[in-house]
Amino acid sequence: MTTSGFFHPALMLIIGALVLPLIKEPFRRPFLVLIPVLTFINVVWLGFHQGTYGVLHFLDWQLTFGRIDSLSNAFAFIMALMAIIGTIYGLHVRDVWQQVAAWFYVAGSLGAIYSGDYLSLFLFWEMMAFASTFLIWSNRQDPDAPAAGFRYLLVHTFGGLLLLMGFVLNYQATGSIAFELLDYDNARLSTWLIMGGLMLNAAVIPLHSWLPDAYSKASITGSVFMCAFTTKTAIYTLARACAGFDILIVLGVVMAIAGIIYALLENDIRRLLGWEIISQVGYMVAGVGIGTALAINGTTAHAFAHILYKGLLFMGAGAVIQATGRQRFTELGGLYKKMPLTLLFVIVGGVSVSAFPLFSGFVSKSMIIAASYEEHLLWTGFLLTMVSAGTFLVAGLRLPWLVFFGNYRGDATSFAKAADPPWNMQLAMLVAALLCFIIGAWYPLLYGLLPHQDIIGDYHPYSSYHLSETLQILALTGVAFLLLKERVGARAATYLDLDWFYRRGGQLVLWLARNPIQWFDTAWGEAYRVVGLFSLMTTARFWSWFDWHAIDGLLDGSARGVRSFGRLLARVLQRGQIQQTLGYTVSFVALLLFVYIWL
Amino acid sequence: MISLIDYLLERRTPLRYLFYVLVFAIVVWSLTVDTSHAHTWLERTVPGFWSLFGLGACIVLIFAARWLSGAGIAKEEDYYDN
Repeated sequence: MTTSGFFHPALMLIIGALVLPLIKEPFRRPFLVLIPVLTFINVVWLGFHQGTYGVLHFLDWQLTFGRIDSLSNAFAFIMALMAIIGTIYGLHVRDVWQQVAAWFYVAGSLGAIYSGDYLSLFLFWEMMAFASTFLIWSNRQDPDAPAAGFRYLLVHTFGGLLLLMGFVLNYQATGSIAFELLDYDNARLSTWLIMGGLMLNAAVIPLHSWLPDAYSKASITGSVFMCAFTTKTAIYTLARACAGFDILIVLGVVMAIAGIIYALLENDIRRLLGWEIISQVGYMVAGVGIGTALAINGTTAHAFAHILYKGLLFMGAGAVIQATGRQRFTELGGLYKKMPLTLLFVIVGGVSVSAFPLFSGFVSKSMIIAASYEEHLLWTGFLLTMVSAGTFLVAGLRLPWLVFFGNYRGDATSFAKAADPPWNMQLAMLVAALLCFIIGAWYPLLYGLLPHQDIIGDYHPYSSYHLSETLQILALTGVAFLLLKERVGARAATYLDLDWFYRRGGQLVLWLARNPIQWFDTAWGEAYRVVGLFSLMTTARFWSWFDWHAIDGLLDGSARGVRSFGRLLARVLQRGQIQQTLGYTVSFVALLLFVYIWL
Repeated sequence: MISLIDYLLERRTPLRYLFYVLVFAIVVWSLTVDTSHAHTWLERTVPGFWSLFGLGACIVLIFAARWLSGAGIAKEEDYYDN
């Protein structure tokens, strides 16, 4: 992977993550900043030297770890930038494993973006899924976090399996593992399986329920990382493999609408933001489905802008949760008195996502909508514009109103201790907020990164017609909010979603296992014990005695040695903590794979 | 900044009127904008189309959300706990 001066940015983060636990203060914080900055510089350098790097031959296959072109470069750039912002935000976190997991997670994302074949894509894809699961488990405040982590892991394992089946069938049919645009007109089962696997990570309805569930349960820093990487890496892979698939237009519009409706209802600050990710990613999925040069540019631009403003909103939400220990709107409110700077940052995030002129959403979202009108997809254009109004309603108005204005609805002690977060969290929010503004105000900076440079000159976001369209929608959304805001107020409730099937379905299986199946098992075990086991045990006890004392004693005591070593190993590795065991296993497998590929 | 917000909150009603004036100004200005490059004939023929659209969109979304939560997807908070 180091051929011709190419050092994979993901490898930098992996090495950094492996070394990090060994580094103590005062070197830890500089190191935490240094590694993402070096990774970012590496990504920028690669952007100026595009080409194919890191080609390895493994068995009969050709693995490509570094396909750097204009599309992968744009996504890798924003991922590496967000890694710096997220790490600064989490600088104060003492739990080093969160930072290790976050870096492995970003490494998985960068690896997947740069990979040019399905095998390395799958490797990094799974690395993302496992590493991000640890970001959920690292939340010690929420007793439901371990269960949410397992749900997340199981869903993503299912998605990974879809993807793997698709790759294998595709390889069987074409004899190639190259990760290229799939053939929509001659779609096979493998095409749908691959699309399904990628769609799951992009939270495309009906494969979306994991997102609000997991992002509302992750640790504060964990959710800031998670909101950026999984879905947008999946959008990149969809843009690579499924551009122009009509069905994605419909699915994208459904995501955009359903996401905003749920976000209007939700009572949990991070579930609201999670639903809004689904809504915004819906624009990108629709853009991929349209598949024209303008649409792919729009998708890339929107992913770029989205990572920054959504990261900013999650950072603001995290600051509120850290300060008050509360994340339900029914227990928040009136916080402007305590956290004015956080309010300012949340408003910048809110106006960016709502596509206010001079902020990032204005120059990115509109490109996708323009692409749909250009292809005469009028319904797509109108429905996505409708969701734009809803986005302002949710993120620009409802969220700040319920958190920062009105009366505080929680207990007095949590309000008393609320304050703006430490300097590093404020710095991260400031950087993200400035970038949201800079991208919106000096949009050629962003447009210069987009994949289809030949058509960049044809699109002008600041035309007077687009300005008047946006301002009218925003103004009347404000009016509608003033008139109807009590109807979208805070209400203590859980809103059912498709995860009902596996959450309630899981409870049904558990009940079956606990009751009829357990009863049968007990009865059978009892019968077996009475009838068969007694005679068997007596004979076995004799032979065991004979073996232990006579044979092992005569030889060199190796059975005793193995047993004591096994006990030691079990004490170290098997603590009954399935998360730890999984962590060890996954790290070991990753290590083996790397060693195997290198040697 | 806190005192600024308090100052504004104390003058809620005049601010609201100011906002309505701003909305009115935006709509009036929009009527003067050239619509010959608009996406559809609707935008060219209906004056202030996007204002009506924005208001309609919000009402549709809010009532769709209310209807959906009344239709049985809203459950008690500890629904999954037991």
